[in-house]
Amino acid sequence: MNAFWRVVWVVARKDLAIEARSRELINTTVFFAVSCVVVFSVSFVGEGGDGRAIGDAAAGILWIAIAFSGTLALGRTFERERYGDTLRALLLAPGARAAVYVGKLLGIIALLIATQVVVVPLVALLFQASLFEHFGMVAALLVAGTIGFASVGTLFAAMLARARSRDVLLPILLYPVTIPVMIAGVRGTSALLAAEPQLDMARLWIMLLVSFDVVFVTLSLWTFESLMTE
Amino acid sequence: MRKAIVPLFAASGLIFMTAPILIARAPYESTMGLVQKIFYFHFPPAILMLVSSIFCGILSGLFLIKKRPVFDWMAFAAAELTVLYGAMAMVTGPLWARKAWGVWWQWDARLTMSLLMWMVFVSYLLLRRYGGPGSETLAAGLALFGMATAPFVYLSVNIWRTIHPLTSVVPTLPVDFALPLWYAFLGFFLMYLALMALRVRIEEQRAMLDQLYLESEE
Repeated sequence: MNAFWRVVWVVARKDLAIEARSRELINTTVFFAVSCVVVFSVSFVGEGGDGRAIGDAAAGILWIAIAFSGTLALGRTFERERYGDTLRALLLAPGARAAVYVGKLLGIIALLIATQVVVVPLVALLFQASLFEHFGMVAALLVAGTIGFASVGTLFAAMLARARSRDVLLPILLYPVTIPVMIAGVRGTSALLAAEPQLDMARLWIMLLVSFDVVFVTLSLWTFESLMTE
Repeated sequence: MRKAIVPLFAASGLIFMTAPILIARAPYESTMGLVQKIFYFHFPPAILMLVSSIFCGILSGLFLIKKRPVFDWMAFAAAELTVLYGAMAMVTGPLWARKAWGVWWQWDARLTMSLLMWMVFVSYLLLRRYGGPGSETLAAGLALFGMATAPFVYLSVNIWRTIHPLTSVVPTLPVDFALPLWYAFLGFFLMYLALMALRVRIEEQRAMLDQLYLESEE
């Protein structure tokens, strides 16, 4: 078990070190997420008025920005491995394949959470959304949702790394599978953003997200090995 | 398998020809009247879509473990049939909903989950079509995720309150309704088997052709 976590740590640290030096993914992903929020704000905030988005659009915009920028980041991390011809080296490394998966997953989760640190205040500011009122619950929703999205995303991006037309196939495969996560995230967040925050409702959606996480992570760990053999 | 294709098509054709008689003789449902008769063409493909998705997932799992191509061919056929039967359920569903609920589509749990499952299997077909070499393994992984949505689709109506009827409706149908329903179901099921056999045969022939082509090259 110790050896497993050592491989996980090495893989995750490798990605974080590359990121810390080049800042390629974090810069592009954050700016893409910000652009998404701005594009949606143009469509969903009426002129004049109180500057709030229509209905519960704020929660939806936040999650769409996360999903879109997450897809982009997922594609890029494996594109980088492919470009440097290091994907095979990574898979040949001694130690369990599943450890490589978990290491990659942790790197992507860290990246997406760093993006959310920028996007959440921005959404709160631009849409007068009270995201910080029940911050613990919002954070739990975001973390659980990110794990669910990234666990499937890492698996699909890894297996598509060598496929033809992978750029377009990644979102095509990823969205139908992860829409349940998006639904739970959006509904949970909008329950918290309502004029009367519904804490019980949000707790229910968090529980549901956690159960999705368990299913997705288990399935991914179980299939990663056989999907990555050449 | 090969010899069964023609009799299976004939039997399902015969059932589809005679089913309208039984359906016409079935009594009218008290609140929906004539519109309810769509049910005989909505429930069978919808259930077969679910069964087919689970079948595809199991075969894909077997293919990943055993690596025998026959599992892959069957999983491919099952995925295509999931999309086909799903399309049937999603055409008959809104036609019925328009009259019974007053809307074509409603974003309730059962409808949303069914649509998502259908989309997963459409993406499976896109992956196989455009993924290039090695995509059958990747598609098998995707099918496992597709299969994981099946229980949510089935149970969604019981967990969340929706306007779609519950799963307890069909097992408790009076015999006047149940007889034409299961007769139509048999027709759809035999057609499923026939199409599956035919599709697997096509893949088998294609593999054989590739093999011959390789041998003639050498």
